[in-house]
Amino acid sequence: MSKQIKVALIGNPNTGKTSIFNSLTGLNQKIANYPGVTVDKKEGICKLDRGVKAHIYDLPGTYSLNASSMDENIVVELLLNKNNKDFPDLAIIVSDVENLKRNLVLFTQVKDLKIPTILAVNMSDRMKYKGIELDIPILEKSLDTKIILTTNRSSDWTDKLKNIISNYTELSSTNFMNLDIIDSNYFQNLQKTFPNQELYKLWVVICQDANFTNIDKKFLESKNFETKTLSELKRLQQKETIKRYQLINNILRTGQKIDQSKAVGFGASLDKLLTHKVFGYFIFFLILLGIFQVIYEWATVPMDFIDASFAQMAEWVKINLPNGAMTNLLADGIITGIGGIVIFIPQIAFLFMFISILEESGYMSRVVFLMDKIMQKFGLSGKSVVPLISGVACAIPAIMATRNIESWKERLITILVTPFMTCAARLPVYLIIVALVIPDETIFGFNYQAIALMSLYIIGFLAAVGSAYILNSVLNIRSRSVLVMEMPNYKIPLIKDVLYTIVEKTKTFIVEAGKIILAISVILWFLATNGIGDRFDNPQDYVTQDIELISENDLQSEIASIKLENSFIGNIGKTIEPIFKPLGYDWKIGIGLITSFAAREVFVGTLAVIYNVESYNDSEEKRLELKKIMLRETDANGNKIFTLASGISLLLFYAFAMQCMSTLAIVRTETNSWKWPALQFIIMTLIAYIVSLIAYQILS
Amino acid sequence: MQTVADLKKGDKAIIKDVSDSSIPIKLLEMGCLPGNEIEIIQLAPFLGPMYININGSHLAIRKETAKLILIEIPKL
Repeated sequence: MSKQIKVALIGNPNTGKTSIFNSLTGLNQKIANYPGVTVDKKEGICKLDRGVKAHIYDLPGTYSLNASSMDENIVVELLLNKNNKDFPDLAIIVSDVENLKRNLVLFTQVKDLKIPTILAVNMSDRMKYKGIELDIPILEKSLDTKIILTTNRSSDWTDKLKNIISNYTELSSTNFMNLDIIDSNYFQNLQKTFPNQELYKLWVVICQDANFTNIDKKFLESKNFETKTLSELKRLQQKETIKRYQLINNILRTGQKIDQSKAVGFGASLDKLLTHKVFGYFIFFLILLGIFQVIYEWATVPMDFIDASFAQMAEWVKINLPNGAMTNLLADGIITGIGGIVIFIPQIAFLFMFISILEESGYMSRVVFLMDKIMQKFGLSGKSVVPLISGVACAIPAIMATRNIESWKERLITILVTPFMTCAARLPVYLIIVALVIPDETIFGFNYQAIALMSLYIIGFLAAVGSAYILNSVLNIRSRSVLVMEMPNYKIPLIKDVLYTIVEKTKTFIVEAGKIILAISVILWFLATNGIGDRFDNPQDYVTQDIELISENDLQSEIASIKLENSFIGNIGKTIEPIFKPLGYDWKIGIGLITSFAAREVFVGTLAVIYNVESYNDSEEKRLELKKIMLRETDANGNKIFTLASGISLLLFYAFAMQCMSTLAIVRTETNSWKWPALQFIIMTLIAYIVSLIAYQILS
Repeated sequence: MQTVADLKKGDKAIIKDVSDSSIPIKLLEMGCLPGNEIEIIQLAPFLGPMYININGSHLAIRKETAKLILIEIPKL
């Protein structure tokens, strides 16, 4: 049986930890410290000699074991819990050669947990430019560890590192610092009360806000251990940090030489421009504009292609497979459903490309710096900017991007308001309704339809910040808001890293959102194609027009329409019609709304099914066909259904309503409660209903 | 006693005291400790965050936090 070694890869953000991970495992995944990228534990397998395998866990970047955000909690949780199946046999601490002193703080903390530890000094190729010299034997001795110089430029060092991993039992697991030097009374007492526990581990648990699995605060209190006030604990922690730095400084004094004259800082002039009071904002605005332009312009080409391909595939299935329920399910339910997911890949991919580039280059931190004060006025953090921007593509990755916001209140508000941002799924709905009810005329050279569309984006943004402002005063959550953020050096992003982010994020989106969209499509298909009663079973008997006079095509249309009206979904639509009537919608739009509670983009497809446009796809021709049919729609009294009033009402409904099950599912995971997604759903839907009601009643 | 919040863009000072218990430990761990030199690189408008450099650690902190860090301005 082959032996498996578990290795935790730990390090400060921006140390190139992920590249080490990639070199060891060959699997390329990534974690960046900064907003926009979801952070999680990543795992890879590294093959060692003699059939031994090492499981490498790439943990989120952290500055210390005093976790202050959700990503950092992941690291502490793993290292404290010996019963965790992933508890590492050894840890590799990745540090940046230019910031060795600061990086060693984390190293000494991990070492104090008595985990065998290797120190990887990364970016060692920069030493000569920065005038840094390291005396490895002295450092290895004084830090009581194995040191390996690594670089992202080559991978000569991997064999050496693999060799050290194979022989990990030879690594020292002695702690670095004797906690007695902080407060001998307190720590001796602590150890006496819990003789079987590691002292530093107890101390880390005492200092954390969060509880960790196997020993928690309750356990500590149960032993009647002397408790300290919060500020006393703080003082001890401060003392601990100062002591750590003193020890590290002493070690580096002999083990490291820095020739200050060689240390040249570039990027300072770039910072002057990018964080400038005026130009900084202007550049940020230009970058945003560029991103939107690309997402909407460039993405349409592959999107049209995907749409057409799926329509063709559905058509092909219908023609080539035997007629029957299974074929219909495959063509109209499953293929159309998957198409509805795949269509978003180009936009999501472009969005992640930009976020990854902004992130890798170090620019995102500058944006957070610029926006923090403004966002605070609305109860948000500077770090909320990234989720809000991402929300324009899709709320799901945007909400996952809130994980590095330290303050729970700011994070929660960001999660709750992000779905107001106009996401990509609203666009197809907006496009068809705007084209339907807003005149295609210009005023002062601006197209009314373009103005309407832009207004909808602005409304979404205002709704987000407005509700953040209200939530900030309503939510009674005490949570200290601080911002301590590293401003990393500017770097040119590695194309490889950007590509991997795109692939990984897009895959997550497809799987997460895909499951739900697919399920809904199948249910919708079932409800629309099944029904009870004679009107559903024999619709041809109920065609009101003279069969002799209408064409075969129109007859089929009429029959399909009667069938749908009497299907399960038709009955549901009729039942709920009174609810939507005051907003100016008939039962057909009502069904569209109901189905789009699963996902907004389902609306257009549903209408296409309901108005039975044959094999609808998003092509210009079919869109025109659907538009014509929709314009012809009248109610029982012969009044038009789609008027300016009902159209605006519908647009506003989509702007405000929480119509996305995938988002609700993500909110549930990220807040770890049903309460917040439930409240979010109810409140957003109420706002949507009331606003649409008012708009319709005034306009009609 | 002067604090980091009193400094202007381009100013340099020596950190004297960080014992206020509202200062996040993370900030100390990132190098904000007595005796270290602090330099103000940039100030965000509307009393926004301060962009600082402590011993090569480039950080952004809010004014409220900066007010808690006591400093001494070395005489020229």
